[in-house]
Amino acid sequence: MKCSVCGQRAQVEVRRRNQAFCAEHYRDWFVSEVRRNLRRHRMIQPGDRVLAAVSGGKDSLVLWDTLARLGHRATGFHIQLGIGDYSRRALEATRTFAAERGLELIVVDVRQSFGLTIPQLAHVTGRAACSGCGLSKRYLMNRVAEDEGFNVVATGHNLDDEAATLLGNVSHWQTDALVRQGPMLEGREGLARRVKPLYSLTEREVAAYAFLAGIEYQHEECPHATGAKSLLYKEMLGKMETRMPGTKQVFLEQYLKKIQPVLKSGLPEAEVELKRCERCGSITTGKVCAHCKLWDRAYARAKKRRLLPEDASFDPAPKIHVFGEAAESK
Amino acid sequence: MKVVLRTPQKEIRELAGPLTVAEVLAALEIDPDGVIVARGGELLTADALVRDEETVEIIRAISGGSG
Repeated sequence: MKCSVCGQRAQVEVRRRNQAFCAEHYRDWFVSEVRRNLRRHRMIQPGDRVLAAVSGGKDSLVLWDTLARLGHRATGFHIQLGIGDYSRRALEATRTFAAERGLELIVVDVRQSFGLTIPQLAHVTGRAACSGCGLSKRYLMNRVAEDEGFNVVATGHNLDDEAATLLGNVSHWQTDALVRQGPMLEGREGLARRVKPLYSLTEREVAAYAFLAGIEYQHEECPHATGAKSLLYKEMLGKMETRMPGTKQVFLEQYLKKIQPVLKSGLPEAEVELKRCERCGSITTGKVCAHCKLWDRAYARAKKRRLLPEDASFDPAPKIHVFGEAAESK
Repeated sequence: MKVVLRTPQKEIRELAGPLTVAEVLAALEIDPDGVIVARGGELLTADALVRDEETVEIIRAISGGSG
């Protein structure tokens, strides 16, 4: 197979585009796709401060890499979840990546900040680890962005993630989630703009870029992801993609173009009034946000089980560690 | 040929070559859209030929979360 640009031996075939590329032209193509997404959806404007959510996996490190290549020097934000060696290796990959490129990195350790790791939180509350993990990640991303003055949060969601989420939402007709899904969610007071610059690139394309750009990422899967519904949706879409290249892209892009506008116009205006949480000050719909409620419940149960001292009380302010440029200049 | 599987646990398989990458993946019943295949520092397309004395690495691309 030959490179569609230079005719040299190809290293990556992009079947959905009927193209193939050598290493150099694949990297160029990939970065230009990210640039196109940023411009098409006006994800980042001049003067914006961008926080890139980085787990240490391929998607988030590729996101951080491509943003830097395109002149957006985002600060990385990593959450230490406390999931044993998996979390330790994730932090190691993230810190090595940041140090090698001279990028600023903010780290919040959930246990150091709130007293329990994510597995301990799941254990005491009786909820699935992914539920408390997702809630903590959303809270911390918004909280750290607001506290540290970032108005944009970028995440590494790729085409497979987005198509799988769409399939999950469609199969349960989650209209509230369907109208919100997209590559960019505009910010509001207390909530940073959320952008997904890799949303049109498949997971395989992201992995190929990581390999050819020499990005060392954590290959290991989160032990709690076993049996996740998202994997089932991805597997089903993957089978369709193999038989019909371009299925995932058409499924997502045509939904966003043709169906979502109709859905939005057909649903009653449901602009929810947002308030500040009485406990932590974050944006929420009720008096106390879901994150504070979860952790208050966890503290009550952890004290009964003597996992926490009797006088311990939940403090929602995360303890932030900064590595890199800003840390050195302080 | 030696095939190193990183899906993501490391596992080593032996196959008789030469085979194309597409044939290697079919023999191991691996979905080609869920992996990348490397030989040394290079990636291989489905039509690339792998000789008997060579080693290739199959790296899983699909993960459960948005890492």
